[in-house]
Amino acid sequence: MLQTPTQIVQPLVSLAGVGVRRQGRWLVRGVEFSIAPGEIVTLIGPNGSGKSTTAKTAIGVLKADEGRVERKAGLKVGYVPQKLAVDWTMPLTVDRLMTLTSSLKGAEIDAALEATGIRHLARAEVQHLSGGEFQRALLARAIARKPDLLVLDEPVQGVDFSGEIALYDLIKTIRNTTGCGILLISHDLHVVMAETDTVICLNGHVCCRGTPETVSQSPEYLRLFGARAGQTLAFYNHNHDHTHLPDGRVQHADGSITDDCRPNDGHHVEILPTGGKAGPMRIVHTHGPNCGCGHDHTPRPLTGKGARRDA
Amino acid sequence: MLDDFFMRALVAGVGLALTAGPLGCFVVWRRMAYFGDTMAHSALLGVALSLLMDFNLLISVFIVAATVSILLLLLQKRGTLSTDALLGILSHATLAIGLVMVSFMTWVRIDLVGFLFGDILAVSRADVDLVWGGGILVTFAIVWMWRPLIASTVNPELAEAEGMEPEKTRLAFMLLMALVIAIAMKIVGILLITSLLIIPAATARRFSTSPEIMAVLASVIGALAVVGGLFGSLKFDTPSGPSIVVAALGLFILSLLTKPRTSGVDSATASQGGQA
Repeated sequence: MLQTPTQIVQPLVSLAGVGVRRQGRWLVRGVEFSIAPGEIVTLIGPNGSGKSTTAKTAIGVLKADEGRVERKAGLKVGYVPQKLAVDWTMPLTVDRLMTLTSSLKGAEIDAALEATGIRHLARAEVQHLSGGEFQRALLARAIARKPDLLVLDEPVQGVDFSGEIALYDLIKTIRNTTGCGILLISHDLHVVMAETDTVICLNGHVCCRGTPETVSQSPEYLRLFGARAGQTLAFYNHNHDHTHLPDGRVQHADGSITDDCRPNDGHHVEILPTGGKAGPMRIVHTHGPNCGCGHDHTPRPLTGKGARRDA
Repeated sequence: MLDDFFMRALVAGVGLALTAGPLGCFVVWRRMAYFGDTMAHSALLGVALSLLMDFNLLISVFIVAATVSILLLLLQKRGTLSTDALLGILSHATLAIGLVMVSFMTWVRIDLVGFLFGDILAVSRADVDLVWGGGILVTFAIVWMWRPLIASTVNPELAEAEGMEPEKTRLAFMLLMALVIAIAMKIVGILLITSLLIIPAATARRFSTSPEIMAVLASVIGALAVVGGLFGSLKFDTPSGPSIVVAALGLFILSLLTKPRTSGVDSATASQGGQA
């Protein structure tokens, strides 16, 4: 994409050394990233790695116990939470859901429903929607209020593969037409949205970060998912230099073991990103086969099953 | 035909039902039925304290109910016991302490049954004013914070992410509930207050397509129950508070017999545990 984020633009939100602690345990620590207008940041990581915690901290639902979170003044957020169950006792149609947090004009509601392809469901009760339809309704609600920052916590959960591609296409279109920043949480450890500018792999801390590799060149991939998927989905190659031990401690490549792992603890080799891209500092990691961080470390001849095993 | 006391009872009862409708919807949506019970039970402690300290009954009941709800919030944050266990402790502890305190106060004669089951036929002109004044206040407050209330009921985190303050909304809602309980105590009594909140709302659910419609319908259904119950109590010489609840239950059962808007299978599976 041409919309490579420039560092001059004031970020919508930026996190510096952010940690969140609950009941004496750090859920995440040392998280650093920022989102500029028009930028797509994808958070990936195994279950319980602090993806949702990080996203909630970024938008102020959770308070950081250390570090700094800075949000642009008057930042307007559109949020699709990971879990949202509307109690059966509340009569709520898709139409009414749209104006949950702000009042909208009829035309704005229609446009958002049209964009997500569920205009025909405007009068349906949300409890009667399928998983995919409900995700679309939640997305429509979030974009209808024209946010500066769209935060999507696993927006493609419960959506089949072609639906997933369609949703990612839609997210791309939203970014391109509105120029909003997008913080995306993916349930998939390896396959991310191709338009993602920065992938951040979390496991209690930032394990690695980088840009996704387009896979459309890979003939195997094209054969499996088709050319259309190749434009929408991309691979993310993890690059870890440490191992998460079962007791929660971290073993580094140099053999030392620490209680946690943070960017500047001296155990990481930091190099500038290759390819001349003015991206963030990239922390290069090496792998162990049993590193326990939940990633699949086998070199990748991609199969349909393997690609989605981590879901 | 209509004695003056009966007219007063009707006006006060209808006023209360109109107020309770929207509030009751939130009690149902937020699954706070047992919570409402706990606040209502604590009202007896408020009565006892009011007698002990010779303090205004309404304010005393309001303060105790509000204190109990804030206490529950704090205990929930500590997260050592489940909410229903905490509610069970608070609910019956406050009721029991209230009863014990009342029994100690041998110098006051107190109509315990009146407090427990209400005495709507004894409402004074001042009580009617109180019900309508308080009711209008509560209704205005609910209308004023309607959007944040609905949003934080659907999902507090979403509400907070998009610039609302669900914690404050929740606190405000609890204070409104404490106020309604203080007002309602004299009319339907401590033990029956929550039924006037829940039953009309549950009845309205089947005929509603939006939260707003459900809130208005709950008010109307509650008012019908009050009118029906009071006339029934006059005709059959039954206690008025329980008669109102029986009338509300009758409307609820009638609503079950009508054809539901949603498919039967869906509502049967989805509504399990909807009303604890």
